Amino acid sequence: MKIGVFVCHCGSNIEATVDTAAVAAAAREFPGVVFATDTMYTCSEPGQDEIVEAIKEHNLGGVVVASCTPRMHEQTFRRTVERAGLNKYLFEMANIREHVSWIGKDREANTNKSVDLVRMATEKLMRNRALHPKKFTINKRVLVIGGGVAGIQAALDCADGGLEVVLVEKTTTIGGKMAKLDKTFPTVDCSSCILGPRMVDVAQHPNITLYAYAEIEEINGYVGNFEIKVKKKATYVDWKNCTGCGICMDKCPSKKARDTFNEEIGFTKAINIPFPQAIPKKAKIDPEFCTMLKKGKCGVCAKVCPSGCIDYEMKDEFVTEKVGAIVTATGFDLFDWTVYGEYGGGRYPDVITSLQYERMLSASGPTGGHIKRPSDGKEPKNVVFIQCVGSRDKSVGRPYCTGFCCMYTAKQAILTKDHLPLSQSYVFYMDIRATGKLYDEFTRRAMEEYDTNYIRGRVSMIYPKGDKLLVRGADTLMGTQVEVDADLVVLAVGAEASAGASGLAEKLRISYDSYGFYMEGHPKLKPVETNTAGVYLAGACQGPKDIPSSVAQGSAAASKVLGLFSKDQLESDPQVSMVDIKRCIGCGKCIQTCPFGAIKEIDFRGMAKADVIETICQGCGICTSTCPQGAIQLQHATDNQILSEVNALCQF
Amino acid sequence: MKVININSSYNSDFVKQVEEESGQKLNLCYQCGKCTAGCPYTDEYDISVSQIMRLAQAGQKEKVLQANSLWLCATCESCTARCPNEIDVARIMDVLRHMARREGHGGTGRVKTFWDSFLSSVKSNGRVFEVGLLVNYISHTGRFWTDIGLGPKVLPKGKIHFKPTEMQGKKEVAKIFMRFKEESAK
Repeated sequence: MKIGVFVCHCGSNIEATVDTAAVAAAAREFPGVVFATDTMYTCSEPGQDEIVEAIKEHNLGGVVVASCTPRMHEQTFRRTVERAGLNKYLFEMANIREHVSWIGKDREANTNKSVDLVRMATEKLMRNRALHPKKFTINKRVLVIGGGVAGIQAALDCADGGLEVVLVEKTTTIGGKMAKLDKTFPTVDCSSCILGPRMVDVAQHPNITLYAYAEIEEINGYVGNFEIKVKKKATYVDWKNCTGCGICMDKCPSKKARDTFNEEIGFTKAINIPFPQAIPKKAKIDPEFCTMLKKGKCGVCAKVCPSGCIDYEMKDEFVTEKVGAIVTATGFDLFDWTVYGEYGGGRYPDVITSLQYERMLSASGPTGGHIKRPSDGKEPKNVVFIQCVGSRDKSVGRPYCTGFCCMYTAKQAILTKDHLPLSQSYVFYMDIRATGKLYDEFTRRAMEEYDTNYIRGRVSMIYPKGDKLLVRGADTLMGTQVEVDADLVVLAVGAEASAGASGLAEKLRISYDSYGFYMEGHPKLKPVETNTAGVYLAGACQGPKDIPSSVAQGSAAASKVLGLFSKDQLESDPQVSMVDIKRCIGCGKCIQTCPFGAIKEIDFRGMAKADVIETICQGCGICTSTCPQGAIQLQHATDNQILSEVNALCQF
Repeated sequence: MKVININSSYNSDFVKQVEEESGQKLNLCYQCGKCTAGCPYTDEYDISVSQIMRLAQAGQKEKVLQANSLWLCATCESCTARCPNEIDVARIMDVLRHMARREGHGGTGRVKTFWDSFLSSVKSNGRVFEVGLLVNYISHTGRFWTDIGLGPKVLPKGKIHFKPTEMQGKKEVAKIFMRFKEESAK
């Protein structure tokens, strides 16, 4: 094979600490190398043209580029050699930037190391074969996991784009956190008024199948052809016939069930519909509180239901859905603030979370939109807001900024004045983070027009004093300790990854960070992709996000899915395992170790042999290191190719 | 108010020394004020604890070491317990006290006399002997009448003894003082 070597300066990124001309000169001496040069920017248009011309002029059979990481430009150069008529796998890259020039200053040592890396690349290249991708058809249906505002947006955009959508929601209604909000910043428009129509659209869209009160049990397959097992949890109500009339809820005698939709400010009935605008508007029995399910006595709901939908014998049900892509929009949970002993640790009823306060402000909430102290039902006069509860706090393992608390706190301070004109709000803050469009103007309005008293400092303790709470904090701008007599304290609790995030990530085979938020493909350039083909992210599952950003990401994920499905067939990566049938002894060890189920046993003239399903194989290479015979080889990283690199490096 | 030149007044050796002796990184402090908010002595301090942290961060050696607050700190460690950045603020206060003593700043005259009287009482009795401490302090400062009003309140409670009580490990405590003297002489 005639090989051409191109050593890149990358401006001064490489050239500053590597003598690229010397690397090119050394490469000319390697076996097979007929052409070698150094270039300013190999990835630039003239740089790529130089490669194309060299291939034609010197009749090259393969190309090595010594430059940056393959993660950056491997695809670029593969396309370049393809343009010149070579198979794109007859190309190798030597990383002399991230692995050499950026990490060492010794020019001579760096140059020597670069020569070694180029030698390894040429040795491997000589053993490369032309590889050809296989085409496979795809199932143009999409699964959206999570029915919050991000999931709703992704589902509607995909459905409007003509795709069939399966939307799976964990709770009995879609709407997510946004459905619990009274108003939204910075416009103070009613949350359910803007979200409600979207929720109805989901319910009525002919392309959307909604599974509410359901969870993902199992995910198999690969991009284009996933198979999903969905668990439909038992609601004890036949939803096909339930009209959502609510008579069961009125008559249910069990009145102490957990009201998670209202953040447990009050209680709900054992059979309930979370809120009037719920989609689907169907009743569900909470088995923990239903006397019929617990003790076998009662049965009131079954008696009063006009459509006879109550079914105490109902069991979880499983359905299988086939899709080609998945959008994950599982959202966030609130930080458990009771770890803060200094805020009362949950002992004082008048210390509540911001989301509980939001339910109190909402006209459809448990107090009918009236602000009342949970302890005595009185209207508060002094309301203290404490920001950064479970945000920017290493001591509780949450060093990150949640990002939207500054804004909702300002909104709640404004709403407090609207509801109770004689009240006074105080906000303990560290820094005000209001970087969105019209955001800073909004926080200024809270101070300038609504006379909210912003105090720059954290709070160190809250303790009861008579029927009030004494809040002691610091005003670091005055340099003093300050106290406020509060009637109600609202904690701006931060966001954390939702409880089941890591379990779902394992089913999806995507990675998550140390806080449980899903990892995007690239922090800047692939914000909605994951490193698993066909799986996309939307909303706060990727990191705390406000409504506009969640919606934008929902649409972005949908556009990625529509782009993926714009082709009828996808090409599989040919860098997969292949079995040498003559060497295979049919021991089946590879079948056991394969994490993707990509290897199956076949019968070959009466003998058991392993066979790789090319479209499922992800090219991880576990089988190749397991095979006792060396019979299964990963294409483009065969034992011989790897050993030739080792030999090139260890020749002395 | 005096203008402080941020670069020329920054004492990097001081910052380094505080960090080395305390094992804490001053730049972890983001000035949230939670230490000041929880400090039970803030109302007595001339410079609040969060401001001490800021001055130390800014390398303002003279201002920090002359602060009266250092000598009023009760080492209750509320600041350390509540710091969201897990800085051992009380340890830094302790280090600053040592540095202040070495630089001859031991607080104002009476504060220094009190600390000296306290330590000499511990040195000779193994723990503090209140009446002895009182006599020592008064004889050096002449402030006989200042706390006399407390006498009738404290005496009937049996909290004050006129003779030092015997305790175990008195010799060991004395050895600590010996060792300190030897080590600091090196």
